[in-house]
Amino acid sequence: MSGSTRVSSSINTASPSLSPGRRAWLRFKRNRLGYWSLVLFCLLVVLSLMAELISNDRPLLVRYQGETYFPMARDYSEKTFGGDFDTATDYLDPFIRERLSRDGNWALFAPNPYGPKTLNYFAKAPNPSPPTADNWLGTDDRGRDLLAQLIYGFRVSVLFALALTFTGTLLGIVTGAIQGFFGGKTDLAFQRFIEIWGSMPELYLLIIFSAVFAPSLALLLILLSLFGWMGLSDYVRAEFLRNRQLDYVRAARSLGVSNWQIIRRHLLPNSMTPVVTFLPFRMSGAILALTSLDFLGLGVPPGTPSLGELLSQGKNNIDAWWISLATFAVLVVTLLLLTFMGDALRDALDPRKADAP
Amino acid sequence: MSANTLLDVQGLSVSFAGSEVVHGIDFSIAPGERVALVGESGSGKTVTALSLLRLVANARMCGQASFDGLDLLSMPERDLRAIRGRDIAMIFQEPMTALNPLMTVGDQIAEVLTLKTGLAKAQSVQRAIDLLAETGIPEPERRVNAFPHQLSGGQRQRAMIAMALACQPKLLLADEPTTALDVSLRGQILELLTRLQQKNGMAVLLITHDLNLVRRFADRVIVMENGWIVEQGNTADVFARPQHAYTQRLIASTPVRDVAESQGEAPAVMRAQGLRVVYPTPIAGVRGWFRRGQFVAVQGASFEILPGQTLGVMGESGSGKSTLALAALGLLPFQGELQFAGQSWGANAARDKALRRQVQVVFQDPFSSLSPRLTVEEIVGEGLGVHAPELSKDQRQQRVMTALRDVGLGTGDDAAMVQTLQRYPHEFSGGQRQRLAIARALIINPGMLVLDEPTSALDVTVQKQVLQLLQKLQRERGLSYLLITHDVDVIRAMAHGVLVMKDGAIVESGPVHQVLTQPQHAYTRILVSAAG
Repeated sequence: MSGSTRVSSSINTASPSLSPGRRAWLRFKRNRLGYWSLVLFCLLVVLSLMAELISNDRPLLVRYQGETYFPMARDYSEKTFGGDFDTATDYLDPFIRERLSRDGNWALFAPNPYGPKTLNYFAKAPNPSPPTADNWLGTDDRGRDLLAQLIYGFRVSVLFALALTFTGTLLGIVTGAIQGFFGGKTDLAFQRFIEIWGSMPELYLLIIFSAVFAPSLALLLILLSLFGWMGLSDYVRAEFLRNRQLDYVRAARSLGVSNWQIIRRHLLPNSMTPVVTFLPFRMSGAILALTSLDFLGLGVPPGTPSLGELLSQGKNNIDAWWISLATFAVLVVTLLLLTFMGDALRDALDPRKADAP
Repeated sequence: MSANTLLDVQGLSVSFAGSEVVHGIDFSIAPGERVALVGESGSGKTVTALSLLRLVANARMCGQASFDGLDLLSMPERDLRAIRGRDIAMIFQEPMTALNPLMTVGDQIAEVLTLKTGLAKAQSVQRAIDLLAETGIPEPERRVNAFPHQLSGGQRQRAMIAMALACQPKLLLADEPTTALDVSLRGQILELLTRLQQKNGMAVLLITHDLNLVRRFADRVIVMENGWIVEQGNTADVFARPQHAYTQRLIASTPVRDVAESQGEAPAVMRAQGLRVVYPTPIAGVRGWFRRGQFVAVQGASFEILPGQTLGVMGESGSGKSTLALAALGLLPFQGELQFAGQSWGANAARDKALRRQVQVVFQDPFSSLSPRLTVEEIVGEGLGVHAPELSKDQRQQRVMTALRDVGLGTGDDAAMVQTLQRYPHEFSGGQRQRLAIARALIINPGMLVLDEPTSALDVTVQKQVLQLLQKLQRERGLSYLLITHDVDVIRAMAHGVLVMKDGAIVESGPVHQVLTQPQHAYTRILVSAAG
């Protein structure tokens, strides 16, 4: 057949085959703003995961009288370094510092020698102190270093947002898939449940629960997850409803493929577009939610570094401009990066956009 | 260029983002002439027509298109806007999307009149009624206030035509005006166009892939392939003596009957008795909270399919023929009796699975019938995972390659085939995808295939190849087909027995030569004569 020879030659001369996911990634990469936002964001996250090496009130390594100490990993008594009391060493104490820099002793400090909870008892300016050579971004009203707080606060926010996005997305996919795949009465019942569940006053529940239970990140995660899956579940449901009556699903059914296999092989991969598109926006939503709850004092337990708590300090100390400004800048940059990524992702997955080579 | 020329196109080329899709074509249309522009999908025929009115977004056009002495391609946008709709009008393929769903058809026609001729509102509404009456819409005074969704498909297309003809254009561009319509309506719309064309003395450029339409309608035909005009001339001459190889192939693309004729009696493979399929439909109002209405999609169908033979099911959209196919596949609940080799659907899971191995399906749309995120190997091999899970990975791959070779995909050695296996559906053309769908169905060696409009979405030359493949597979393997189609040519080429369905009921059945040559039912006669 002349047709078949033409067919085979046109297949074999084509460029190497790319999966639809891979093509979407290439389209994403072509959006330079989105791509570099992703790179920068990943870099910031990795850096914040190594926060202990960047901002820490304990030296990374101490060489004292011929012996090597690892204060990052272990507590050492002050007596070890010639102090008077059997308490954990405060490495910011000028006395200890002096001992550590004498007679060939040395200590390797992190670039920013403050932890998130470190109170600098030896600050030269009153709290809150404006940016100085010691505290590059100044201190907050309790004398804690602002830079350290921002680094650790960013880390808490991002990790919390990742966890919340993960659980919310998982719940959304599972519930949406169940509704969309089975349809009919299941769908009807679930939709009514969502309407009831969605009309619960989320904020008041949060306030009540934070009064009943000790506030913690885990409690927040659970509560926000319980209310955060509904939007996504509607999208997944719609995708499933659309895809399940397409011919490739009918063909799979007539081959006798089981329900679970149809979901796994056919429906899930083809219903992921809204899920992936929403990921960055869900992340930024989660960060904002945590920040606003902290701002209201309903969020993380006291003492946890948090952007929301810093904003609230900035509000209370309106003339300490460095607190509000620095926190605000961190938030804006984070959310902006996520938004750029989201835009690029949306364009990359847009079925109407043609594949330019 | 003679004086008697309405539109004269010289060296028109159109390119998108640097790649040229129409390569410098020349043609002309005389006043009052009926010209057909023929070609398969991707030949550039629609782009050519749209670019005459500069309606193609992001396209770069070169060349000249002089209309009444004015160059359409270089005139200012303002002047062109005056020509659009007044001197050159257009009708589109899909009237549902070409009409504004929020405006009544009367308002839409009146809008053209007030904009282009400056008629007062009341007068233009009266004129709209006249135009609708002229296009043969019953009760035009009432229909003028109807919204597009309240009209039937044929009436919508008539309203579109009324709108296009509102200002008595000199040239009408008709882009596949009958493709979205049922067969019996196509002839009527074509007659209407011919009548109005003669009455108004306008020229018509009919863009189509349907050669029957061209033969009946056009004085002159222009054949396009891949953005080139390969042949043009008088319709009768071109059809009688096609010069270019492509035109010859196009004209020879009518499906040819090449099937083993029935030999005597044999036990039926599939037997249906009083098959009935009912859909629940919502009822409006409070009553609908507790009860659902019923829509009978198939009522009391009885038929038999003999081994190695094809039962063709003919009918228009909404006649229940696709529902019949889904019921035969056991994908829809049904009442009545349907047995395949003495077995019925729904007895128990293990029996159903065994039955599924016997009855497979090929759908119409080659784009939605393959999951875009699976490779060829995963798609074609899917049935093996269910029905032959004991196969090793290598054996499975071998079976997939054999299945692909059987459907004429991949003639290379194994190494080249392995590459093909890793490709995704979007890298294949429509015809190739349909072959993939056939391979997926055949890999588990079924005894029967349900073919739901297997070639309707394909170009005519590709359609012929796919039908030849199906005929060959039937001869070699003794497959039975349940062939659902609206195309009489396909029935004529493939079927042994025919059912004609209308509104869920079988109105006529019998051997193919009898039904097609001596149709008994009035509806069958319409279908057969419309295909002419």
